[in-house]
Amino acid sequence: MKWLSDDRLDHLRSIVGNPDFSSTKYTFVKELGRGGMGTVYLAEDTELNRLVAIKVLNAPEVTEDLRNRMIREAQIIARLEHPGIVPVHDVGTLPDGRIYYAMKFVRGSRLDEYAAQGASLRDRLRKFQAVCDAVAFAHAHGVIHRDLKPQNIMIGSFGEVLVLDWGVAKIEPRMNTDEHRSEIDPCSSVSICGNTDHGTIIGTRNYMSPEQARGEIDQLDERADVYSLGAMLQFLLNDQPRVSKAAQAICSKAMALEKESRYATASELSADIGRLLDAEPVTAYRENALEKVVRWVSKNRFLVLLVLAYLLMRIILIFTSRS
Amino acid sequence: MSKPLIGVVLGAVLGVIDGLTAWFTPEVRDQLGGIVIGSTIKGIIAGIAIGFFAKKFQSLPIGILFGVIVGALLAALVAIMQGGYYLEIILPGTLVGLIVGFATQKYGNTPATAN
Repeated sequence: MKWLSDDRLDHLRSIVGNPDFSSTKYTFVKELGRGGMGTVYLAEDTELNRLVAIKVLNAPEVTEDLRNRMIREAQIIARLEHPGIVPVHDVGTLPDGRIYYAMKFVRGSRLDEYAAQGASLRDRLRKFQAVCDAVAFAHAHGVIHRDLKPQNIMIGSFGEVLVLDWGVAKIEPRMNTDEHRSEIDPCSSVSICGNTDHGTIIGTRNYMSPEQARGEIDQLDERADVYSLGAMLQFLLNDQPRVSKAAQAICSKAMALEKESRYATASELSADIGRLLDAEPVTAYRENALEKVVRWVSKNRFLVLLVLAYLLMRIILIFTSRS
Repeated sequence: MSKPLIGVVLGAVLGVIDGLTAWFTPEVRDQLGGIVIGSTIKGIIAGIAIGFFAKKFQSLPIGILFGVIVGALLAALVAIMQGGYYLEIILPGTLVGLIVGFATQKYGNTPATAN
């Protein structure tokens, strides 16, 4: 009898664990990551000759409920057509009955990795604002992400920002426009993970709002995502040597324990970040006269330097004309 | 605030400062009032010209160059009329033009372009 080496055994194990894409237009490349509900694989689309990321349900026995969850997740992401939300290309069923959906394969780094690479505060804030805009778009379509964290944000090779992993998102029945109203199932105040029971805790501990941590599913609205965005902003500010009081105030307002005290929408948070980037006064912080002057001077540094140069030249001329 | 208005305000303020510095030259101290008025008018004229230029052409380097030229020309005119103090008048006047040129390009409402 010939014994298999450990390496060969590991290889065989990994092959057995891989999904069977034989009935699809995709060929398996490698595993990218494993989550609670599904595993994401890198695959090649043989028709279009491009790499895609494919999420496949983890469960060995596929129940109707699980199938519906996956299809629902794919449908929600597909509906959210926005540059900041990863697009879904395709959805289908594997020979073993598991649902999969193919989405854009994003090359780049996660937000936490991007920050660890030493990105400047300004760049971090710009990326964060793009995240807020994508989340605000989802909210406008009645979708609450519920698991926003740096690990779920991808920064592409060209600086594009993409919000990933909508697996635990919740759809709200209320919509902003009639157009949106017609798009969403009217009885759909449910999670992608099916009808989430009250008391169920969904999300990631350091980034979830107090009401989310208490499992108050019915109480969750877009302000739960605003809290998570605030926690994400806090993460981005943590290792920065000089953080302005205005930036800290934005963070505190977004992460207020009472949701009524937070920004009402992700758009409002995004607008305050925009003001911070433009050296304008932010709504979260009332600055004193000195701080206003310092902000104005830092914003108009070049003009102030020109006027100072003018005054300096004037003084020099006065002294030279006297001598 | 419109670009010409920024030009006028900044030109006037810098013109007043420009004129007031004549106090440090004892020979002309008794003419201070006239110098301040003349300098302010010069600043306003430069501000209007540079402001309207900024309204028409949105380009920081060209705006600054135009400001420098207008500032220098107006100051040279004043110096010629004065018959002296060329450096003391032209140099600050040029710098005032540069500052107004920069400010009008950088700040103020840009008129919306018609489609």
